[in-house]
Amino acid sequence: MNAPTDTAISATGMVKTFGNTRALDGLDLTVNTGEVHGFLGPNGSGKTTTIRVLLGLLRADAGEARLLGGDPWRDATTLHKRLAYVPGDVTLWPNLTGGEVIDMLGRMRGGLNKQRRNELLERFDLDPKKKGRAYSKGNKQKVGLVAALASDVELLILDEPTSGLDPLMEEVFQQCINEERRRGRTVLLSSHVLAEVEALCDRVTIIRLGRTAETGTLSEMRHLTRTSIAADLAGEPNGLRALAGIYNFQVEGTRVRFEADTDRLDAVLRQLTSIGVRSLVSQPPTLEELFLRHYQDDLGNGQKQVGAAVSS
Amino acid sequence: MSALVGTGSLVRLALRRDRLMLSVWILIFVVTAAGSAGATVGLYDSVESRIQASAAINKTPSLVALYGLIYDESSLGALSMIKLGAFGGALVAVFSILLVIRHTRAEEEAGRLELVGSTVVGRHAPLAAALVVTIAANVLLGVLTALGLIGSGLPASGSIAFGLAWASIGVAFAGVAAIAAQVTSSARAAIGMAMAFLGVVYVLRAIGDTAGDGGLTWLRWLSPIGWGQQVRPFQGDRWWVLVIPVAFFVVTTAAAFVLVTQRDHAAGLLPDRPGPAEAGRSLRGPLGLAWRLQRGLLFGWMAGFVVLGLVFGNIATNIGSFMDSPAARDLIQKLGGVRGLTDAFMSTELGMMGVILSVYGIQVVLRLRSEESELRAEPVLATGVGRISWAWSHIVIALLGTTAIIVATGLAAGLSYSAQTGHANDFGRVFVAAIVRLPAVWVLAGIAAAAFGLAPRAAVAGWAALVAFLLLGEFGPLFELPQSVMNISPYAHVPRLPGGDFTAVPLVWLVLLAAALTAAGLVGFRRRDVPIT
Repeated sequence: MNAPTDTAISATGMVKTFGNTRALDGLDLTVNTGEVHGFLGPNGSGKTTTIRVLLGLLRADAGEARLLGGDPWRDATTLHKRLAYVPGDVTLWPNLTGGEVIDMLGRMRGGLNKQRRNELLERFDLDPKKKGRAYSKGNKQKVGLVAALASDVELLILDEPTSGLDPLMEEVFQQCINEERRRGRTVLLSSHVLAEVEALCDRVTIIRLGRTAETGTLSEMRHLTRTSIAADLAGEPNGLRALAGIYNFQVEGTRVRFEADTDRLDAVLRQLTSIGVRSLVSQPPTLEELFLRHYQDDLGNGQKQVGAAVSS
Repeated sequence: MSALVGTGSLVRLALRRDRLMLSVWILIFVVTAAGSAGATVGLYDSVESRIQASAAINKTPSLVALYGLIYDESSLGALSMIKLGAFGGALVAVFSILLVIRHTRAEEEAGRLELVGSTVVGRHAPLAAALVVTIAANVLLGVLTALGLIGSGLPASGSIAFGLAWASIGVAFAGVAAIAAQVTSSARAAIGMAMAFLGVVYVLRAIGDTAGDGGLTWLRWLSPIGWGQQVRPFQGDRWWVLVIPVAFFVVTTAAAFVLVTQRDHAAGLLPDRPGPAEAGRSLRGPLGLAWRLQRGLLFGWMAGFVVLGLVFGNIATNIGSFMDSPAARDLIQKLGGVRGLTDAFMSTELGMMGVILSVYGIQVVLRLRSEESELRAEPVLATGVGRISWAWSHIVIALLGTTAIIVATGLAAGLSYSAQTGHANDFGRVFVAAIVRLPAVWVLAGIAAAAFGLAPRAAVAGWAALVAFLLLGEFGPLFELPQSVMNISPYAHVPRLPGGDFTAVPLVWLVLLAAALTAAGLVGFRRRDVPIT
């Protein structure tokens, strides 16, 4: 991977409170220019609040944020001409058609690629003549997506953009994001769909309770976690259980199933081959497992905290 | 009857949501009625004084047009409640309309009814529940008002008749709102439709009441407001009239239930036509968007006000014909001759129109608030559009829209008035009298703008201010409030034209105040978080 030289978004120690709720509690986020950055977290963990601060809609109580080299609050309107934003819940004006909204938002950003607009309408199978109130949830989302993707901008900020899209449209969306990457645009993608993030994102930031829990490339993150291994051995699985970095060890005759720290795989495999391997399945941790691991920390601390995270 | 399954639980849900709002609304009506009765009872203890006061009202067409006739000039109750019968009845109608739409079309538009509808709830249950709540609220309002009036010292029978007359107006408009909720797919349009009906029937009864014997008096029988007045509380208590609004409710409600079965969920009866696939030239900035969102409302208000202007300009000159008794002629002389009387009429009507036009001004400004809380402002403010230019785009429509409406009204009233009198200079006098209403209207729009920018969760302050100023103007003299208190209302500073002295200084102050309030709102909005929901 060629390392990007510039940062599109950098935020450090961002704090935002609403009354008694601490929505952001020292959040850090760095998005490099030209990358597709996944932004993950359970409901209410502060994703939308972060995005609104970056858009200069909310003013952070503390911390520093830079967006495309400017101050998101002070330089809001000039910065906004260089980015396009799709909110998590696209609400349209009941009496404006989808086509009108797409054109209007594009013009307000300072330009729309007409050819691309029409091409996107076709790919997303969207009827631009319908009035806002007549669109389904998924189609409202498509209006927001087409408006953003057809704009000539450097940065796309997408807040759960595929909620409500069917699998076919999800596929179209992924193609579009890959095209954006090839065009050299930067994308901040907040999402719940882990498969989507796994397929699209160069780097990922996981947040919970308004703080950054983990950030990095998927392979970096995987390196710090466990690999699941299932093997059928030639003999008794002696000595395996005692190895350092082995967890959830299960034996059934000559079959074993366990998880191993990824940086200790070498020793584990040597032990396995010394017994003799008939079959072996090794699985790197899925993003879901990475995600759940942070989530389960909360569960470990008692239900209360998770409840607070989800409801706030 | 399976279509009504779940009505009970929806009624409980509605009561749970609205218990505070309903209590406050009902309380305001009851306190206003009882307070107004209590204040009048002490003022007119002799029959002569009552006859004199009532006769003066009956001979003043502007008051008759606005409030109605007093049929028994010796009745204390009739005199006490003259300002509240029709006018208060119209506010009861507004209460009913908002309540019904809130629990039917507004819920459906927001998608919440879909959630409810997927549980065990029959097709007719939401409308039935909304009507049950609205009827119960109106009956309670009527009963408590009756008790309040009795407590203030008015006769029991008339008090009950008055309370029920109010309730009957509310019930009739529940039926109107039930139909409006089926016709359009937006709550805003449904409210507008029902309110337009209210405006028309209020004017119908005004024409009927001012028509004099043998003329168009039958028009008042086409109006639910007129029915309420024709119960004639404290003046014979004609109970049978109450049958008409109840029958009207039954018919309109039956029609609404039929309409429910004729349409799909979330759709109106009027089909959504496809629109343009591309945006026109005008839709390129915040002002183009605001104009697109606001123009329908502007045209509706302008049409209504032009009609009112024509009607009032026309009625005003008929006033001489009311006055044929020697006593009346005496009164006319005291008031400055026939010309003075018609001037007073136009001044009162234009003043009332100024207050009503403030409703439009506040409505336009507070569109900012609903755009924000319904999350439609966010995508616009995330483009190159600055906050000030976005907020200003709606405020400027409020300022210029009210100007356009008042100019059109002044033209209509001036033309119809001068056409009747044959004096060309009357046109200018009436036109100027219309224009001077504008600064006070802008102040109310400014209050709404300031509330939006500085305290968005309390943006209803715009409406609260309007109601407070209205009550101050209507009832301040009755309660003998000091002038300094009544001067809080911007309407108190509007010159009484035509006929009165024109002074520009208070108007300049009102314009400056409106500008300061608007500026405060804009500055506040630039500094605060968006969206605050």
